[in-house]
Amino acid sequence: MKIDINHVAKLANLPLNSSEKEKFEKQLSETLTYVNKLNSIDTKNIEPTSQVTGLENVVREDEAKPALTQAEALSNTKSQHNGFFKVKAILE
Amino acid sequence: MNLNQLTIKEAKEGLKNKKFSSVEITKACLERIKNIEPKLNAFVTVTEREALESAKKADDLTSQGEVLEAKPLLGIPISIKDNFCTIGILTTASSKVLENFIPPYDATVVEKLKNAGAIILGKTNMDAWAHGSSTETSDFGSTKNPWNLKRLPGGSSGGAAASVASDEALLGIGSETAGSIRQPASWCGTVGLKPTYGRVSRYGVIAMASSLDSPGPITKIVEDSALLLNILAGHDQKDATTSPKKIENYTKNLDKNIKGLRIGISDDYFKGVDEDVVLKVHEALKLFGKEGAIIKNIKLFDPSSSIAVYTILQRAEVSSNLARYDGIRYGNGREYFGEEAKRRIMLGTYALSAGYYDAYYKKAQQVRTLIVKDFNEAFENVDVIIAPTSPSTALPVGSSKDNPMFGELADILVEPSSIAGLPGINITCGFSRDNLPIGMQVIGPQFAESLILNVAYKYEQQKPFYRQRANL
Amino acid sequence: MNYKPVIGLEVHVELKTKSKMFCGCSADYFGQKPNTHTCPVCLGLPGALPVPNKKAIDWCVMIGLALNCKIANFSKFDRKNYFYPDLAKGYQISQYDQPFCQKGSIELSSGKKIGITRVHMEEDTAKLTHQNQDSLIDFNRSGVPLVEIVTEPEFENAKEVVEYLKKLQQIVRYLGVSNADMEEGNMRLEPNISLRKEGETGLPKYKVEVKNINSFRFVEKAIEFEIKRQTEILDTGELPIQETRGWNETKNKTVSQRVKEEANDYRYFPEPDIPPVILSDSQIEKLKSQMPETPNAKSERFKKEFNLTDYDAEILTREKLMADYFEEAVIVGKKHNLNPKQIANEIINRKTNINDVLPAELIKKIVSAKQTISISDEALEKIINKVIAANTKAVEDYKKGKTNVVMFLIGQVMREAKQKLDTTVIKNILISKLK
Repeated sequence: MKIDINHVAKLANLPLNSSEKEKFEKQLSETLTYVNKLNSIDTKNIEPTSQVTGLENVVREDEAKPALTQAEALSNTKSQHNGFFKVKAILE
Repeated sequence: MNLNQLTIKEAKEGLKNKKFSSVEITKACLERIKNIEPKLNAFVTVTEREALESAKKADDLTSQGEVLEAKPLLGIPISIKDNFCTIGILTTASSKVLENFIPPYDATVVEKLKNAGAIILGKTNMDAWAHGSSTETSDFGSTKNPWNLKRLPGGSSGGAAASVASDEALLGIGSETAGSIRQPASWCGTVGLKPTYGRVSRYGVIAMASSLDSPGPITKIVEDSALLLNILAGHDQKDATTSPKKIENYTKNLDKNIKGLRIGISDDYFKGVDEDVVLKVHEALKLFGKEGAIIKNIKLFDPSSSIAVYTILQRAEVSSNLARYDGIRYGNGREYFGEEAKRRIMLGTYALSAGYYDAYYKKAQQVRTLIVKDFNEAFENVDVIIAPTSPSTALPVGSSKDNPMFGELADILVEPSSIAGLPGINITCGFSRDNLPIGMQVIGPQFAESLILNVAYKYEQQKPFYRQRANL
Repeated sequence: MNYKPVIGLEVHVELKTKSKMFCGCSADYFGQKPNTHTCPVCLGLPGALPVPNKKAIDWCVMIGLALNCKIANFSKFDRKNYFYPDLAKGYQISQYDQPFCQKGSIELSSGKKIGITRVHMEEDTAKLTHQNQDSLIDFNRSGVPLVEIVTEPEFENAKEVVEYLKKLQQIVRYLGVSNADMEEGNMRLEPNISLRKEGETGLPKYKVEVKNINSFRFVEKAIEFEIKRQTEILDTGELPIQETRGWNETKNKTVSQRVKEEANDYRYFPEPDIPPVILSDSQIEKLKSQMPETPNAKSERFKKEFNLTDYDAEILTREKLMADYFEEAVIVGKKHNLNPKQIANEIINRKTNINDVLPAELIKKIVSAKQTISISDEALEKIINKVIAANTKAVEDYKKGKTNVVMFLIGQVMREAKQKLDTTVIKNILISKLK
């Protein structure tokens, strides 16, 4: 099957060069061929499993807890300004 | 014997009886690290100064008669896989994207280890983002196998396993999504425990596949592993998928008699497996039989179908979990992702995208239900399942290159139990003709860690392969 | 050519919980220094995990109940995947196919019912501000609980939309779950607008989403502008482009923002980090019983209980504060034999400022207004003095501690005055004299 590699790369927000795109297109196709083995398994009326824990209703009380300091929050960024994270302007 | 060659059990004994100090053990480990790291490359970061400071503090505490029971790891030097966030210590997941990331918080597991008094020697190497079963996809060079430097240690907790197998550390904390604890433990000849999914908190562990990731210990002996589970297991308010089930004392029933234990073995789990490996696992089964266990042949879902399930689920969750790495709040931009990471993100994105969700993701989750059911049915007739951990012993360096499905194929025997969230433990059951460790795994139903530890322990008592150390 | 507008509304309401939706950071971000209310979870740090806020879920369900929705017994969270600098994790935890509430409705004054498609829970993004060549990001708002309310495309004009918004705002304020202030950004809306030919059924083949509307006034203007703009395009035989437009308040028009490219593929899948939420019918009933009375219910009750007109009831229940004030005043007024209608008149006709006048004071005002014609202060005082002088035994008893004797004395005063008077006023004067 033909994978629109450009579209997928865009969705995935991944910068790929043309040789990567070519390589991935091929490899992805191969992997998917392998994965198609699933089609031979009958899953009619089978519910999908999203979680194996069987847990339900895990919630927390509405209480405010101490936060990171501004310095801690910004401690790993390369670009900040007056306590904000800074990026190049987003075109609206 | 050098102090770094001790097990945790022995080290605790010695510390308690003041035979040696924590500083001495820590120094021995650091010395070992200094000597072999150039060849082994098990660590991304070694925190020598901090380790010695902690060791000194530990010794001060013990000299004051501090209750050692409250701190079961007091003074014990350990290594931690580099996907666990550690305050003030570089945490990279072995990826260039995070090569400068210093977390402002500790993972819950790390908090527990610190509270238990452990000495952190450093952060161990892994497949970048835990994407692999070789540790070769690390952006900081691959780790070698202490038994043979031309061989891989397995992965993704390759650094952790190698650090324990080479006696750099007395314990390596690792994580498993599908094989990443058991398989490197197998290739490096150590005990590797993957707890039930939800038994140990994932908070602060850099997420790979959220519905599969399980942190766990890699140790030299089974009793050490049980001790660690006592420390790490338990409900965490910060992780909504942890079980509220009470923790047992996992060291209590290690020596229980296994007479009448029903052990299930499935032919499919021996297909395509190296001769040496099959031989040794069968020998182990004979031993269990002698101990009074009943070996039963069972039919399980073909493990090869698990590969397809795992491939889709894991990559889909990965594609979402790695979306936060945009270089804005921390880390480098997405162009720093290695090839394997990019490949997995691409496949995962594709599998979730419009038009393909039902065919891939939903289908995989449905087959997952079948796998869970299959195990549940099996465990109605057997207590544990035993199988080889890996189809082979440690493969040569370079084996994973240009092989997009390397990990999945190498992990074929551990994927099914991971998909079902079951606990599994690897223990060495022999050596191959070329003196490489062979691992066998004991799998149990959910929350049966006590039982699988018991089975592994009983075996270890009869066959203490851990006494054979790598000649590095 | 005559066209009929087809308008649907998506409203986001910010809940005023103490903490955020999936972490314990304070949800009160207004006016705070940037990035001071963050933690690994809402900042999207590696390894952080979400844990849902129970109160936020309860409040979302209450909003759904107030909108007559069916509440799901089984519900879950899903990941909505897309990239934007204000989205810390690269996905928003929201709800996709199994939201908390579905299939509700709300009735407009015309009697027309607007269908509520769904009410679900999600988290807010960070705040982006622009400065020269840069965008600045503040994550204090990241993770604050948002409830999204989506209507069926059943509005036909701007007036209906504004009425709905005002009703929704009122409901949400009554429930006490949000300030729902458009100017402050805790109630945001996006209408989607299209037109179809008169007589045509079925939805038009395009729709235009309009963002950046932050007041009721602009809602009307934006919708009317769009209807006009789309009419002009349709008249030429063309179809308006499916896109997102922004309301520009200085230019008084909508402006194209970005073509709704390949309709963003959000790749929804169930959130693996959060177990599903199961609500039994009895739990839902319990939440229902805990809900404050909705404006509608209160209005109906006022009409029945207090015999008020539609008009009076509507005004008095427009805001909860006013409604509560009125009820308090009714209770006090009862003691002075005032009926609710009189109190309603006083409040409505005299435009009482309920922030300045306590209910008790209001009652006093009404009563004394009724009395002034009949007897002057001096005359009253004379009578009271006379009664005190004529009933020395009673006075002595009172001073001994038999305080209810005062009732007898009040009765005597009224007999002497030969009319019914305000007992409170008399009592106060008597007591001060008997000290």
